[in-house]
Amino acid sequence: MSEPFWKRLTPGSVILEAGNAVEFKTGSWRAFRPVWKEENCIHCLFCWMFCPDMSVIVEDGKMKGFNYDYCKGCGICALECPGKKGKKAIEMQEEGK
Amino acid sequence: MATETKPKPVSLKELSKKEDRFTHGHRMCAGCGAPIVVKQVLMATDYPIIASNATGCLEVSSCISTYTAWKIPWIHSAFENAAATIAGVETMYRALRKKGRIDREIKFIAFGGDGGTYDIGFQSLSGAMERGHDMLYICYDNGAYMNTGIQRSSATPFGANTTTCPAGSVIPGKLQKRKDLTRIMAAHGIPYVAQASPSHWADFIKKVRKALEIKGPKFINVISPCNRGWRSKTNDAILLSRLAVETCYWPLYEVEDGVTRITFKPKEKKPIEEFLKPQGRFKHLFSPENEWMLRQIQEDIDRDWEALQRAASEAGQD
Amino acid sequence: MARVVAVTGNEAGAEALRQVNPDVCAAYPITPQTDMMQRFAGFVSNGQVDTEMILVESEHSAMSACIGAAAGGGRVITATSSQGLALMWEMLFIAAGDRLPIVMPVVNRALSAPLNIHGDHSDAMGARDSGWIQLWSENAQEAYDNIIQAFRIAEHMDIRLPVMVCLDGFIISHSIERVEYLDDEVVREFVGEYRPMNPLLDVDNPKSYGPLILPDLYHEYKRAQHEVMGRVKGVVLEVASEFEKISGRRYGLFESYRLEDADLVMVILNSAAGTAKDVIDHYRDRGIKAGLLKPRLFRPFPYEEVAEALRNAKAVAVLDRADSFGAYGPLFVEITSATLHLDKRPFLINKIYGLGGRDFLPEHAGQVLEELKEIVETGRVKTIKEYIGVRE
Repeated sequence: MSEPFWKRLTPGSVILEAGNAVEFKTGSWRAFRPVWKEENCIHCLFCWMFCPDMSVIVEDGKMKGFNYDYCKGCGICALECPGKKGKKAIEMQEEGK
Repeated sequence: MATETKPKPVSLKELSKKEDRFTHGHRMCAGCGAPIVVKQVLMATDYPIIASNATGCLEVSSCISTYTAWKIPWIHSAFENAAATIAGVETMYRALRKKGRIDREIKFIAFGGDGGTYDIGFQSLSGAMERGHDMLYICYDNGAYMNTGIQRSSATPFGANTTTCPAGSVIPGKLQKRKDLTRIMAAHGIPYVAQASPSHWADFIKKVRKALEIKGPKFINVISPCNRGWRSKTNDAILLSRLAVETCYWPLYEVEDGVTRITFKPKEKKPIEEFLKPQGRFKHLFSPENEWMLRQIQEDIDRDWEALQRAASEAGQD
Repeated sequence: MARVVAVTGNEAGAEALRQVNPDVCAAYPITPQTDMMQRFAGFVSNGQVDTEMILVESEHSAMSACIGAAAGGGRVITATSSQGLALMWEMLFIAAGDRLPIVMPVVNRALSAPLNIHGDHSDAMGARDSGWIQLWSENAQEAYDNIIQAFRIAEHMDIRLPVMVCLDGFIISHSIERVEYLDDEVVREFVGEYRPMNPLLDVDNPKSYGPLILPDLYHEYKRAQHEVMGRVKGVVLEVASEFEKISGRRYGLFESYRLEDADLVMVILNSAAGTAKDVIDHYRDRGIKAGLLKPRLFRPFPYEEVAEALRNAKAVAVLDRADSFGAYGPLFVEITSATLHLDKRPFLINKIYGLGGRDFLPEHAGQVLEELKEIVETGRVKTIKEYIGVRE
């Protein structure tokens, strides 16, 4: 007989795997999705700074898009996006449309 | 004496190269201010950090079941004791460092919401500050007990509609002014106290950096919009925290060694209505019979802002 | 060489803690414990220990700081009494649930209202379901010995649970008795180096303590906690046998005094056992087979062993220095549970005695033994639960 499940739990319910919440994807919560319009992006990274879900992908200091596995679609990035010449680099679009 | 520190300019590009020490996969509501606060705190420093967390939204959503969003050592034990708990960890650190069992420089941070800080955890906070633990307490203040469903706390602003002070036909929401915890903490005579906002991230990050370089107890109160409790949109956490600053509802300042310095002065103080209007919790204030409440809120803000400016000016910091 | 000294219970407790030299102590004053922690603070101030002390602003913060410090990864102590333990109540469950081996002498005192600073067991009995191991001590020597052994039990890698060591307020904490101290070196060697388990201060391997656990897992964590309690008895006996080697003093799960062939048995905790033993001797002199069972390990409760020890008893009086209002006393409930499966159960009665520091006198023990004698003779119990020593 294998060891019962409860015997394999860490004593004191301590979690030993730091940051393992990445295994829990929150992207399905989204009703609206942010869409990146690269041509309007000035790479100010405000979207990255203000994203509550660490779902803005930045490489070498440049905005590269969104991590839709976790983005909950709050829209902070789109609202805070200064864009270029009055045109936003992030727009919210309804999911499934 | 306030030391005029010259911190390195905060570069977003540089910050963005750092690894997140608070990960996605946490279960805070969409558009919540608290994870923005936490990520800004953790990106402010490269020190190893150990954090405690009072029971509340942040705690239940960031460490749930066998999942944790924290990539730093983190401990939650109860609601009213984030300060005492981290004080224990910090003391063990000193004990083991003295014995040569640890040689790293580690910084200690407690996170608590306004309920866990202004109310039930106030004694624990006050005690830890007085004892002089080398720790930074960060209060993310969303102005009510949001985790249990938007109940009034002593941080709830005058006039707000909450589930325990609902705006009814006889009582128009909360009738008491919020407790000014930042000033209370300054009155503890600790080396560093500040008020910050995630909208003004560079200011906030500078404050965290400065605080972590100071030995002893530090306290930073950070406004943290909650769209569920504030009855606002999911996208306006930064907008509203910015308006809180620009209306002087939530002035950005620091008190270092007793010297008050305003760290951001709006060019033009906006009328408080601009902060209140987008929030459903203040909707009733805009009916004619409650006009006196709006007036009172504005008067309170004006008076407090003047007092703050006076304090800064007396300290030669205006 | 062991030293023989004349000291109070608090002094003996503080001495044990000094010899163990823990890493962190968080403490708050409360009568009658205060004296133990202030003595310890003196050791800290005079460099006689390496301990970092946290002089907290409440017992709730004392236990909270202990939890943080123990999770940090070192040896942690505090001490309390009465209202202090009551204020800690919430945190007691968390210390145990987090599996943190904190050691805490509890100088037993009554609970308010009305306010009373004297000895009874209401405080620790109120905390009996908190998941802490409880060791009870009759006198200053036992308190000293139990505190030293508590570290080995709490920190055992198969256990990792907090331990409270109970001693009676004032009667023991403030009375001077003869106590044999072990040498510092002997104690330090016996207790050994602290071995951390999942230390928070190991920043290279970050852990999260205290997650929210929902119905899908909570039950399993509690099942695991129950399992650990099942291992405690064995560890307590193992530690006791090692302790006997360094001290010559023998400890078990409970003490049996002239119990082997006893017909009439008193079950009694802590200091009142001393008085009871005296009276039992007088009865034995008169040819009456009286005996005593004094529990030492109250949590977890050694049901099988207690049942075995009471197998031949004809009538048993369980004396509780705490009441569970509207119910039988807490010790009585355990003894009746223990004896439930015996083929031939003894008669059982429950006496509530000594609340708020009311003296337990030899005549009270005599009165109880007389009643047991009568029960055996008549085969009838008149009253199951009754207060004794009440002013008429």
